[in-house]
Amino acid sequence: MAGSNPNAKPMDLTLKIWRQKDKNSAGQLVTYPLKNISPDMSFLEMLDVLNEELLVKGEDPVAFDHDCREGICGMCSLFINGRAHGPERGTTTCQLHMRHFNHGDTITIEPWRAAAFPVHKDLIVDRSAFDRIQQAGGYVSVNTGGVPDANEIAIPKTIADKAFDAATCIGCGACVAACKNASAMLFVSAKVSQLAMLPQGKVEAKTRVENMVAQMDLEGFGACSNTGACAAECPVGISLDNIAMMNREYFGAKASSENV
Amino acid sequence: MILDSKIPEGALAEKWDKHKFNVKLVNPANKRKYDIIVVGTGLAGASAAATLGELGYNVKAFCFQDSPRRAHSIAAQGGINAAKNYQNDGDSIFRLFYDTIKGGDYRAREANVYRLAQVSVDIIDQCVAQGVPFAREYGGLLANRSFGGAQVSRTFYARGQTGQQLLLGAYSALNRQVAYGKVKMYPRTEMLDLVMVDGKARGIVVRNLITGKVESHSAHAVVLATGGYGNVFFLSTNAMGSNATAAWRAHKKGALFANPCFTQIHPTCIPVSGEYQSKLTLMSESLRNDGRVWVPKTVELAQRLRKGEISVNDIKEEDRDYYLERKYPAFGNLVPRDVASRNAKLVCDEGRGVGASGLAVFLDFADAIRREGQPAIAAKYGNLFDMYAKITDENPYDKPMRIYPAVHYTMGGLWVDYNLMTNIPGLYATGECNFSDHGANRLGASALMQGLADGYFVIPYTIGDYLAQTPYDKVSTDHPAFKEAEQNVKSTTDRLLSIKGNRTVDDFHKALGQIMWDYCGMARNAEGLQFAKQEIRKLRDEFWQNVKVTGVNEELNQTLEKAHRVADFLELGELMVDDALHRNESCGGHFREEYQTPENEALRDDENFAYVAAWEFTGNDGNPILHKEDLKFENVKLTQRSYK
Repeated sequence: MAGSNPNAKPMDLTLKIWRQKDKNSAGQLVTYPLKNISPDMSFLEMLDVLNEELLVKGEDPVAFDHDCREGICGMCSLFINGRAHGPERGTTTCQLHMRHFNHGDTITIEPWRAAAFPVHKDLIVDRSAFDRIQQAGGYVSVNTGGVPDANEIAIPKTIADKAFDAATCIGCGACVAACKNASAMLFVSAKVSQLAMLPQGKVEAKTRVENMVAQMDLEGFGACSNTGACAAECPVGISLDNIAMMNREYFGAKASSENV
Repeated sequence: MILDSKIPEGALAEKWDKHKFNVKLVNPANKRKYDIIVVGTGLAGASAAATLGELGYNVKAFCFQDSPRRAHSIAAQGGINAAKNYQNDGDSIFRLFYDTIKGGDYRAREANVYRLAQVSVDIIDQCVAQGVPFAREYGGLLANRSFGGAQVSRTFYARGQTGQQLLLGAYSALNRQVAYGKVKMYPRTEMLDLVMVDGKARGIVVRNLITGKVESHSAHAVVLATGGYGNVFFLSTNAMGSNATAAWRAHKKGALFANPCFTQIHPTCIPVSGEYQSKLTLMSESLRNDGRVWVPKTVELAQRLRKGEISVNDIKEEDRDYYLERKYPAFGNLVPRDVASRNAKLVCDEGRGVGASGLAVFLDFADAIRREGQPAIAAKYGNLFDMYAKITDENPYDKPMRIYPAVHYTMGGLWVDYNLMTNIPGLYATGECNFSDHGANRLGASALMQGLADGYFVIPYTIGDYLAQTPYDKVSTDHPAFKEAEQNVKSTTDRLLSIKGNRTVDDFHKALGQIMWDYCGMARNAEGLQFAKQEIRKLRDEFWQNVKVTGVNEELNQTLEKAHRVADFLELGELMVDDALHRNESCGGHFREEYQTPENEALRDDENFAYVAAWEFTGNDGNPILHKEDLKFENVKLTQRSYK
């Protein structure tokens, strides 16, 4: 078997999982014992096993968001033992493997906790606030067609690489979940910085940062107090530099803004 | 039924330009009188919705995920082809066209593929203008790399995350139209039926995945951009939610399904590790630029390796068989996917596979690391190496990767004409959802190209031609056709919930996947396919008597969502088998063991099978009706594909 350690033994676990019927119901942690888990399983495959057991018993399986299971779509979430996406750095929950846990462990699994991310059910939250922030300005205003040849815009490789690093944000919301203020600064700054660095995005840089920050505030995300928890927990390593850059962009924009 | 592909007259290179001139236009002030539904928000759907919104149509876009940005296009790694010839290495629109036709083993339509190659260059311009951060050279211009099935460097990329960057570009364009009010977005909403009025597509019925509410949406045209059906196999590189339901239900309403047996098994995926496996992870084809594929020369060495008596680094150079380089010196490790996959299967069947199961081959970077240094390799493929290490707990910088083929893409899909319209007037299919551009095998870095070509540059023209001939009148969702479709959806849901059997949806899905993989996977034969057909029917009968779906409709119910999708896979699987059984030849990803050359290459039968097989649904009686669209090759010569 690929990557399996022949000495790794199956493990027994105790799961404490947040169960909540819907947005309007109160939730609680429910305990589930789970036996015979292979260390080579992903965390979500471990939950699949639990859900199959619950189904066979006729119980309601645990609802959780997931899709690509390769760490790129940003759909999976989960607050695992007090950490967004669990204990491994730079890892989404779907890429977290059970070999990082031990036989006999108790694992607490909760949804993202933030006023701007209300719970839909169990571990599934509503992250549509993120889409609305992007709709407020996370784009370059070009229509399809009528654009210059791609190589007419030369961009220094170092800038292109930095813009790429910011652009790799997967929009999962771990930054918000990790922040004690539930701030969305890292998420918003990743898009603001990406486009502010590139010549294509500079034209609208001022209005973009103003509008996206205004929408972020409107959605009820908290303020940034620079603890850096967001970047520490970000599964794709979005840098705090982006927040610094967004602040610069924001103050620059506000200093000359028409919207005072 | 006569299938009219509506390929424009004239020379190949002039067809699209002439067609764009000949299509009817909707005047800008009248566009707002038309409503268009787009289902799916991956590259094909998001680009179409954004562009149609920009043009002034009223667009409603739907996705089952929590945000349009999650669509599985996001997971595409390696790159996007375009005939820019920025490398001055002999590329051209005709060469991209030729490579794609040949790569597809001469089972795609010339005119569609030529148009794809033509608009490929516009896609790159568009994406750069949106701020997509493609890889660049030190001089500030765009970088390229090579991909399978081509001898030029025409693939544009953004590290190993090209799909993500292109999708986020399309998502940003979509968001802009949402902000302008031209697109209304419906996330966490799944299409469960197509609604037809007077023989035309006029809307859809959806289920709100949060509340369970069944709702209708009316429009003048419907675009399905709902991706492929690789998840029929349960294990694939597709996302967990990827499904065929929207396309299949349109098929049941009369849309023909073309070449369903043409599935792509991608050669470089992380092998299966256990029973609990929920999906397979791709390692980008770009790795074959630097990685060398090999297995031990002898069965004996492979056995000792599998038992752990020796380790991979103990195997001497002369005891390694770099079988792709040996058999295909011209293309080496960069042969097309179907060829690479089939050869991996061959060496494993011979007993020379590696890994505990013997179902894996090595992809080795030692030479490249020696040649270029570890930092250079890390810069090119770092995220892929990290992903491999996370999943397998092995370091690919020290030891070769172990890889095995896995289901990745489906070339088949809804039949469409040159305008991307299905045989149902007003119903379009774009991207992986249609069948049109990749023949029997898709070349690497061509899926992103097709998705964006269809959405940004084809459908915005062709849909106007249809709408210009459609009255402005809207159909009310109170129309009996909508009420009937809603009722159908509700009764299917009620039926699924009322069975209360003993076997879970996943269990059925896994059983179906196993049948498909064993008998309709990398190699097929008539006997196996006939057996598979019986097995699928038995399984489907059992599903409708014994499936266990808990909960109710009026809630977020993921088990119910899956049950709807698996019910459709159980029907589609049988059609794939029917198609594979009828096509008595081998071509591309469709390899019938009875039809092969002495060197085990696919043996086509152009005399009898140079056609598109488009199937009509007739109820689940096992006798779908076959319609043929003959493929005419006027610009390329049909030859035995050779990569030697």
